Amino acid sequence: MNEIQEIAVQPAVEPIEEPHGIMRWLTSTDHKEIGTLYLIFSFAMFLVGGSMALCIRAELFRPGLQFLRPELFNQLTTMHGLVMVFGAVMPAFVGFANWQLPMMVGASDMAFPRLNNFGFWLLPPAAILLMASFFAPGGATAAGWTLYAPLSVQMGPGMDMAIFAVHLLGISSIVGAINIATTILHRRAPGMTLMKMPMFVWTWLVTAFLLVAVMPVFASAVTMLLTDRHFGTHFFNAAGGGDPVLFQHIFWFFGHPEVYILILPAFGIISEIVPTFSRKPLFGYRSMVFATCAIGVLAFLVWGHHMFTVGFGVGPELFFMYATMLVAVPTGVKLFNWIGTMWEGSLTFEAPMLFALGFILVFLVGGVTGVVLAVAAVDVQLQDTYYVVAHFHYTMVAGSLFSLFAATYYWLPKWTGRMYDETLARWHFALSIVFFNMTFFVMFFLGLAGMPRRIPDYPLQFADFNMIASIGAAGFGFSQLLFLYVVVKCVRRGAPASGRVWEGAVGLEWTLPSPAPRHSFEIPPVVPSV
Amino acid sequence: MTTETRQRKLFLILIAVAAAMFGFGYVLPPLYAKVCQLTGFNRLQSADAVSGTQQDSNRTVLMQFDSNLRDGLPWNFRAMQATAPVHPGQLVQVSYEVRNNSDHAISGQAIASYAPAGAAAYVRKLECFCFSIQTIAAHEIRQMPVIFLIDSSLPSDVPTVTLSYTFFEVPGRQTTVKESGT
Repeated sequence: MNEIQEIAVQPAVEPIEEPHGIMRWLTSTDHKEIGTLYLIFSFAMFLVGGSMALCIRAELFRPGLQFLRPELFNQLTTMHGLVMVFGAVMPAFVGFANWQLPMMVGASDMAFPRLNNFGFWLLPPAAILLMASFFAPGGATAAGWTLYAPLSVQMGPGMDMAIFAVHLLGISSIVGAINIATTILHRRAPGMTLMKMPMFVWTWLVTAFLLVAVMPVFASAVTMLLTDRHFGTHFFNAAGGGDPVLFQHIFWFFGHPEVYILILPAFGIISEIVPTFSRKPLFGYRSMVFATCAIGVLAFLVWGHHMFTVGFGVGPELFFMYATMLVAVPTGVKLFNWIGTMWEGSLTFEAPMLFALGFILVFLVGGVTGVVLAVAAVDVQLQDTYYVVAHFHYTMVAGSLFSLFAATYYWLPKWTGRMYDETLARWHFALSIVFFNMTFFVMFFLGLAGMPRRIPDYPLQFADFNMIASIGAAGFGFSQLLFLYVVVKCVRRGAPASGRVWEGAVGLEWTLPSPAPRHSFEIPPVVPSV
Repeated sequence: MTTETRQRKLFLILIAVAAAMFGFGYVLPPLYAKVCQLTGFNRLQSADAVSGTQQDSNRTVLMQFDSNLRDGLPWNFRAMQATAPVHPGQLVQVSYEVRNNSDHAISGQAIASYAPAGAAAYVRKLECFCFSIQTIAAHEIRQMPVIFLIDSSLPSDVPTVTLSYTFFEVPGRQTTVKESGT
């Protein structure tokens, strides 16, 4: 992207009669304001889901039952998963897409601004439904975030509220994805061909197609659950000729692409940040694009590795095992390309780069343990143990979440026009990476020793590692308040940021002044064809 | 074509894809049933193919018979005999008894399970009340047979096999369920 020329600062258009106060946010069609709403919402949900995690870790601090009834513990593990996946990480990436995609492709706004507003305002009702379900008779759903039948067929009204919340979240994701795909395909500046798009844009394009393809499948699965519960159908009821294992198939047909929905935009973010702070163009851009597409295709072929123990025979197990291992190839290409980008670069280690390097390091641990779990014979032993919990937190927390922190520090000066507090941001990184590993690394040992997940109590021999994990979780949780402080401080005051912000930054968004003007590009910039 | 019309076209295509994928979710259950039928997975409601009928009189496996009811089904359900010594390959008939304690007819479906789970493949049921939904009239007592044999290739380290049935209520269903292969 370094060939993109500097363009003149655009004159801002006088806004016409804007609503003020709450109506401004309720009716906003501006991609930046909606992006901000998404990010505030997702951070609030991150704190809610994190508080649930801290309750879980408090109960697991010592063996025996101290604080939580087992039913409430199950509700908390379930809701922690649902809130973090659908309330925190997904909306956060959509928030970044809203802020960045128009600026990165040289557009004035998203393709469908009103749809954009609608997509966001579906989220708060969904969150309220989920939270209110704790007060329903029988409490919130406790079937696990995967909502497996037959448990989910038997739960109380809290389950119905979760189902409706999932419907709302699903519709929100689908309209958001359609908006993003349309913006990328039809709003690019002249000269920006597909193979010139920044990697963040590419990864979001693939993610958007994944969302449109699999969110409706999840919607149909929970709709079947709903009719099984109330309208006498027997999709998952063995007595009526249905099969609970069928739910697992449909769920993971959605669920595995969903995992890549949560990580592909993170790959895009890292592919933006590493070149900037290495002061070199991204190594292997084409192979990055093809690896992203390959991961998108493979996502549909590996769902069975979540269900190695349902007993579907050696043939399918071998197929899913090899297909899963194949995912390591495009993912490995990405890792090597990031390392290749850094090779002989002139590196500096500002907070975005620190989080990007932290991402590469810990995501590698998550990925490699994923290959271990892909081996069907090993998975039979590790299924539903803390090894799995550690594995997916290494990919989702150290992967998705660290990339979100990196992206925030990277683009925040462009949004606010001010630099954040670098010292505090580095502290945030240091505390996060230490406490994260303290929390989750010991879980590998717990899992290998056979500690099952989603159980509020455990035998004495697991006590020490659990205590370490709980201390780490508390440290990790409270460190995130520092992040909040750094962001709020940057929004209020700080040294002014230049248009380019980072010395090595390339890409259209850095040709705009900081803070970025209201309609990012009034006149599409021209990307030279060389 | 203007950008607006191209955008609208893409929007409609993507909405159509989303709707189609919602429909695809509903195609999966019959597809799954078909795959299970073709591969022979999960065949709960039809007689098993008979194999391993070479009776091994030197070996005796202890069969245990278990019975369960789900979700407050107002029935009594028990095996007429708790255990039976069985030679692999030998044709065996046992009976279960069910009694409806309520004042109205109730339909139920029995689901079999086995311990150890690996023994499931060796228990060959030729006749079973679990092959269809059983409708029991008010206060009716019914004895129902199970005819089965244990495949003589049952691994020699399995001395005991438990056959356990759980009756689930099937609300609003009075007729025999169609064999769907699931």
